[in-house]
Amino acid sequence: VACNARGGAVPAGKSGLAPWIPVVGLEIHAQISSNSKLFSGSQVQFAAPPNSLVSFFDASLPGTLPVLNRRCVEAAVMTGLALNCSINKKSLFDRKHYFYADLPAGYQITQQRVPIAVNGSLSYSLCIDNKMSQMVTKTVRIKQIQLEQDSGKSLHDDARSQTLVDLNRAGVGLMEVVMEPDMCCGEEAAAAVRELQLILQTLGSSQAVMAEGQLRVDANVSVHHPGEPYGVRTEVKNINSIRFLAKAIDYEIHRQIEELENGGTILNETRAFDSKLGCTVPMRDKEGKQDYRFMPEPNLPPLILYDAKSLPANMNHQQVINIDWIHERLPDLPSVKREKLVEQYGILPEHSFTLLNEDGLAGFFESVVKQTQMKPKKVIGWILNDLLSYLKQHSLTVKESPVSCFVLADLLNLLEKKEISSTAAKQVLAELWKGEGKTPLEIVKEQKLELLQDQKELEQICQAVIDGQENEVIIMVPG
Amino acid sequence: QKVSVEVLAHLEHLALVDFRDSEGVERLQKAIQFADQLHEVNTDGVEPMDSVLEDRCLYLREDDVTEGNCTKELLENAREKVEEYFVAPPG
Repeated sequence: VACNARGGAVPAGKSGLAPWIPVVGLEIHAQISSNSKLFSGSQVQFAAPPNSLVSFFDASLPGTLPVLNRRCVEAAVMTGLALNCSINKKSLFDRKHYFYADLPAGYQITQQRVPIAVNGSLSYSLCIDNKMSQMVTKTVRIKQIQLEQDSGKSLHDDARSQTLVDLNRAGVGLMEVVMEPDMCCGEEAAAAVRELQLILQTLGSSQAVMAEGQLRVDANVSVHHPGEPYGVRTEVKNINSIRFLAKAIDYEIHRQIEELENGGTILNETRAFDSKLGCTVPMRDKEGKQDYRFMPEPNLPPLILYDAKSLPANMNHQQVINIDWIHERLPDLPSVKREKLVEQYGILPEHSFTLLNEDGLAGFFESVVKQTQMKPKKVIGWILNDLLSYLKQHSLTVKESPVSCFVLADLLNLLEKKEISSTAAKQVLAELWKGEGKTPLEIVKEQKLELLQDQKELEQICQAVIDGQENEVIIMVPG
Repeated sequence: QKVSVEVLAHLEHLALVDFRDSEGVERLQKAIQFADQLHEVNTDGVEPMDSVLEDRCLYLREDDVTEGNCTKELLENAREKVEEYFVAPPG
């Protein structure tokens, strides 16, 4: 099952010892992109005044009841379909009990017994040996997707020995995506999460911005020798970016290997990733194994979903969710978009990955292609080598680019019509980058970069150069 | 008014939860045995019922913002607050 990106098991640490196979599974929580919360009508918004987006239900005041948000169910169905899952036409809600200051009810409403979607898969691509030109496709199985509530936020004030609680996030809808342990290293996990992020953003079911806590990833890591049973696993939390995800997993794999090779044992514990130190550390102890006392949520009947065949005749449309209707309206997923780009424009597969990886870049590319006679295969070079590297250098998004697609198209047209050389074009681009509002043509004229088309004029200039370098010419001519 | 030892003993006696002696534990075991009689019912092929609501339709709400913005009211219930945060013990 497990192998590394290069096709083999992780080599032995010490010579003569059996190789280690790392096993990585992921639990991903994606915040649903909706106006209101999963079971209440308070608003979902990042960074609002504390406790301003909290209803009586969110605060767990007595006498309040959960009311399911239709949009959240649709988001979960879309996501399940995009990940090739079977959608459970009947799913159930449960209570998961634990005590924490940011969980006012003392339990979280989740779907433990029968979640909304099961048995899917996610395909992602990796570059072999860091060469973009050799990409390999891998698949990770999706165990299930469940709907559940988010908790509030705790701010620990150790100085005054207290915790400050903000319930704005309490009750926001989450999709928990559980991946089977089919990955073997940080790189695979990072690639899988990146692809999931793109899928969620394409669907619109979650904005999946890790920095804003809309996508949270916990990694389960263990190692074992080939042929032996899986090792004890640790859970790694507090990972705030895809880059740190890869680092955290690789660090944990190596920590476990070293520990075991030195005769130690691995504890079934939860560890936090410390991004400053680049290592994992044990988290504040969670007194042994938690007993969550799962029980059915008594206030919510089963969630029933329909398809074209089972659609009831007399029900109010607003109360019915039709899986087939949602399926028909799914947008093109990233993998399909990439294929279309390659087919339509004749670019390389790895180019399509870069285009989709940068928000807005594919659209920019297509706009430029529409407005220029230059072949897409040539345009792509300007987009990926010139434009993208400028953007990266200045940490700008495509939206923030001082050079618009119209301006770039104008420039490429000048080049295509042979009115300027490609070196001149790069010079003009550098000038355009300053964003002073000049058109490419204006800059060309200003810097006198026009290519001379007149044969006579060219001869005159060449002659003048030769005349000016008489000595060198005399040496050159015999040879 | 403090809770006297007599009241405590009385409560324990009523609730049958005296675990300090073997008699209490014995009583607990008997209570569990009594409840275990439920297992004698053959439930093969019968779906467990979670709730009497199981045949009801789960109502779906439109995704509109209809609540919230009641910070002051919510914090009225809090014994302690810091700015507009609830205060809880550490850890």
